[in-house]
Amino acid sequence: MPFIANTDAERADMLAAIGVSQIGDLFHDVPEGYRYPTLDLPEALSELEALRELGALAAENENLDEVSSFLGAGAYRHFIPSVVDFLAGRSEFYTAYTPYQPEVSQGTLQAIFEYQSMIAALTGMEAANASHYDGATATAEAVIMALNAVKGKRSRVVLSPTLHPMFREVVRTYTQGMGLDIVGDHEKDADFHALLALCDANTACVVVQNPDFLGTIHSPSELQDLADAVHARGALLAVAVDPISLGLLTPPGQYGADIVMGEGQALGIPLSFGGPYLGFFAMRESNLRKSAGRIAGETVDADGQRGYVLTLSTREQHIKRSRATSNICSNQALMALRAAIYLAVMGKKGLRSVAEQCYHKAQYAATRISMIPGYQIVNRGPFFKEFVVRCPLPVDETKDHLLVQWGILPGYDLTTEYPDLGQCLLVCVTEMTTREEIDALAEALAEVADLAAEETE
Amino acid sequence: MSYQYDPNARYAKTHDWVRMEEGLAVCGISDYAQHALSDVVYIELPEIGAELIQGEVYTTVESVKAAEEVYAPVSGKVVDVNPDLADTPEQLNSEPYAAWIIKVAPSNPEELDALMLADAYEAFVQAEEAGGH
Amino acid sequence: MTEPTVYQLSSPGRHGPTLPALDVPLAPLPDAQFLRAADALPLPELSELDVVRHFVRLSQKNMSIDTTFYPLGSCTMKYNPKINEKVAGLSGFTNLHPLQDADMTQGAMQVLLELQVYLAEISGFAAITLQPAAGAQGELTGVLIMRAYHLDRGDVKRTKILVPDSAHGTNPATTTMAGLQVVELPSDSRGNVDLVALKTALDDTVAGLMLTNPNTLGLFEEHVLDVTRLVHEAGGLVYGDGANLNAIIGIAKPAELGIDVMHFNLHKTFSTPHGGGGPGAGPVGVVEKLAPFLPGPLVTVEMDEEMAGLLAAGHEHALHEHDHYRLAWYTPSKSIGRVRSYWGQFGVLVRAYTYIRMHGAEGLRRIAENAVLNANYIKARLLAEGSYPVAFAGRTCMHEFVAQGILAGAPDIHTMDIAKRLMDYGYHPPTVYFPLIVKEALMIEPTETESKATLDAFADALIQIAQEAREQPALLKEAPHAAETKRLDEVRAARELILCRC
Repeated sequence: MPFIANTDAERADMLAAIGVSQIGDLFHDVPEGYRYPTLDLPEALSELEALRELGALAAENENLDEVSSFLGAGAYRHFIPSVVDFLAGRSEFYTAYTPYQPEVSQGTLQAIFEYQSMIAALTGMEAANASHYDGATATAEAVIMALNAVKGKRSRVVLSPTLHPMFREVVRTYTQGMGLDIVGDHEKDADFHALLALCDANTACVVVQNPDFLGTIHSPSELQDLADAVHARGALLAVAVDPISLGLLTPPGQYGADIVMGEGQALGIPLSFGGPYLGFFAMRESNLRKSAGRIAGETVDADGQRGYVLTLSTREQHIKRSRATSNICSNQALMALRAAIYLAVMGKKGLRSVAEQCYHKAQYAATRISMIPGYQIVNRGPFFKEFVVRCPLPVDETKDHLLVQWGILPGYDLTTEYPDLGQCLLVCVTEMTTREEIDALAEALAEVADLAAEETE
Repeated sequence: MSYQYDPNARYAKTHDWVRMEEGLAVCGISDYAQHALSDVVYIELPEIGAELIQGEVYTTVESVKAAEEVYAPVSGKVVDVNPDLADTPEQLNSEPYAAWIIKVAPSNPEELDALMLADAYEAFVQAEEAGGH
Repeated sequence: MTEPTVYQLSSPGRHGPTLPALDVPLAPLPDAQFLRAADALPLPELSELDVVRHFVRLSQKNMSIDTTFYPLGSCTMKYNPKINEKVAGLSGFTNLHPLQDADMTQGAMQVLLELQVYLAEISGFAAITLQPAAGAQGELTGVLIMRAYHLDRGDVKRTKILVPDSAHGTNPATTTMAGLQVVELPSDSRGNVDLVALKTALDDTVAGLMLTNPNTLGLFEEHVLDVTRLVHEAGGLVYGDGANLNAIIGIAKPAELGIDVMHFNLHKTFSTPHGGGGPGAGPVGVVEKLAPFLPGPLVTVEMDEEMAGLLAAGHEHALHEHDHYRLAWYTPSKSIGRVRSYWGQFGVLVRAYTYIRMHGAEGLRRIAENAVLNANYIKARLLAEGSYPVAFAGRTCMHEFVAQGILAGAPDIHTMDIAKRLMDYGYHPPTVYFPLIVKEALMIEPTETESKATLDAFADALIQIAQEAREQPALLKEAPHAAETKRLDEVRAARELILCRC
């Protein structure tokens, strides 16, 4: 009983006050034959033993401190300033719950309000909510919001093939009972014109990603044209973005997006094998009441002092029950806090410099690789921090060679999700990647190309 | 608790009132309904031209703690909505019988005959309160 | 004292940490239309110390488990062991990319595999997915699985889900999200599902029933075996809302009581921090016939014969002691699809795993026993004093109970006033106005980690407040007096929406 305070004597006093003789009597409503089942679990560990066991399990992994990694594909290694861990590690934040009682939760509420403010500023939108579980679920909630926000009942959803594959899969999982017609992403080379051709009078929304899953940055003027055309058909445009890119790139609020969402992990949250992450979600004010998720708002107290509360809660499940459009309650508040601290401490100058370094280093890496015979950069337009490399050898062989011989994770294998591209690797470069690592990657890839040449000889 | 009643209106069991004015059915929510809701913070206004069916939901009115559906007391087409409620929904609290929500061109004016007069509605409200709702 | 916002603290030109100088040549930037003007990034400009002071001051404006007793009903606000923070922060976990090859992440996958096995053992289910990010997402996963199961059998008529009127709002909301219809069931005079109403509602259009047991009144369903049997006889499935598992962990296995699919709230029962509203984690367990529908990928074992033999003999814990196997990802054949990116809230799962390892079977059972003891003790103290009515007072409560803020001699005092006054005594208020079926509900869940001294002091405070309510009601009406702010104007917040400020 590692964390139970009461002693046997105290328990005896409490049982007497309740009027029963033993704790087991409190469970008389549990059917008798089902009480106290056997649990086949390992013996309890002391703290010291648990630390040893977990330390050993952690050490069994080869983490990114031990290899040189160019793996991205939606989860990124960025610099996390020390203050983020320090401040988010304050237990006044992490051992509180949802700020239902605002007078004793002003810390969490103001932090959420500041997070919302900075997300709205970053995306160029009018409002943001307090978070979703991750980028994929934020995208599913964007689709559901669009279905509720458009006039009349519409059932078609157009997804770009370069929207993150997991985001697309989660949209399908979430909406499988809604009778939707989800189109667009099966044509792997569908561009904006092709997507627009699918956007009919029955379409609730078009969802694109920028920079897209393959790293390409789309031009704001083309996106604005897409937005105008989508709006003319009475539908909404939702844009998934990498928040780091917005330190450098035009925000979607400036090219007509109605919803801007995405994976916020890059904002001060460790990779942590895929979670917990952060789904950020920004929108125009006109659609606020159709949105899901918690939102903090500013108000005053009985003395007229500024304070914050959760607001618009009538949209939520605890009030609307079966009429609610989403069931979300717990969100990723602590991750939103991390993002708020990250954005505050990196600030205007810091985020710009992170974005610029990602961009310049990625261009350098792509240039180096493009000079190696046998390799080809596939992206047609400019790219931000990821780009697609077509390889002379199958991607899995390339990856194996680089990992074993060089200790390099060269990127994400695109052959399963984008077979039409051929033997392609998605390479990610951030401000964490050094020139030496990029040079080593180029050298290693050249070695693979030589092996490929030898094989064909 | 005592509530106000508009003697010129008729009432549905769903606590909606309707008053005929110049051939149109003017609709709102009763004093009892606004009390039950407490401070109204938002009402979603229906679209002009929408076809309503008596007894069916045509909009939702929200306080901080509740979101209640509002039911059409008559069938017909919405010809006007009260634009003031978008900015000052609290009028539904302060003047429930002046703060109309929609005007309807009734498709079957005889439906009104089945609704309660103010006296009957007052008795209905008192019975409902005694019932603990 | 109001704390300025990060934008109010901002001072042009200030900055925090800087990056190393760029070590590659500058590349040409895309056309100007692609770029945000350098001065058009509306983020604050602060020094590192500005940021530290700001967020430390904000943290001090919170009540939290580490500072205060936090008996928020239905949320299981128990102590969060610090070892969990330490292990989740190990670089072998935090610096692991989710898309690394399985051979590089065997240690992390071992944690996931064992957690799957332990949760299955605790609950009696055949299979577990760790993917859902929160209880509500677990519910959606579970209800989509129920729907998929019926459709897979060609039973397309089953479109209704029965939901007791005492249920969390997530149950009906989830049902709607899954494209199914809610049929609400009343509670009987003892707070159980009304069996007569249940029998009437059951037919071949019912996909299943969502049951919270113990329910939100803090009561164990007295006819749970009848309820699950009736639903099964009608061809339906029973969903278990695991929000209240803390009351019965080690005391009963939900699957043995007839539950077919259930979510766990790791941030409740398994003590992962609530984080100011999240992250949680909502793994879902299912009986054998529903296993093919689980979201993937799951962790599975590619093993040698010795290992297979041990497992077949029921020695699940052998997984922990042997290394004759390799772990791999797999997606079940009829999967409803993934419900989020990657594998789940891994950092949360590591904490829950550590918590289970530190308890063992006996320790887990003690959690439920002490949680139920603590709740019954506060209830007994309040009933002995007599100011506060308690819903279904005659029944033994489980890990929580619902008192009512209806005080004789204080007709103008409501539950909200009592809640706000509790803040002046240094307590986080209980859950208020839930469940909806109890008037002026005040739902108290002390959890097992609180001492008798804390429970006594809290009961004394409630009793004292009842006396104040009769003698000085204004003290309650104007409360809180000693919190960070006076009572906040929620009506104004909702009417004059201010949701961000730059």
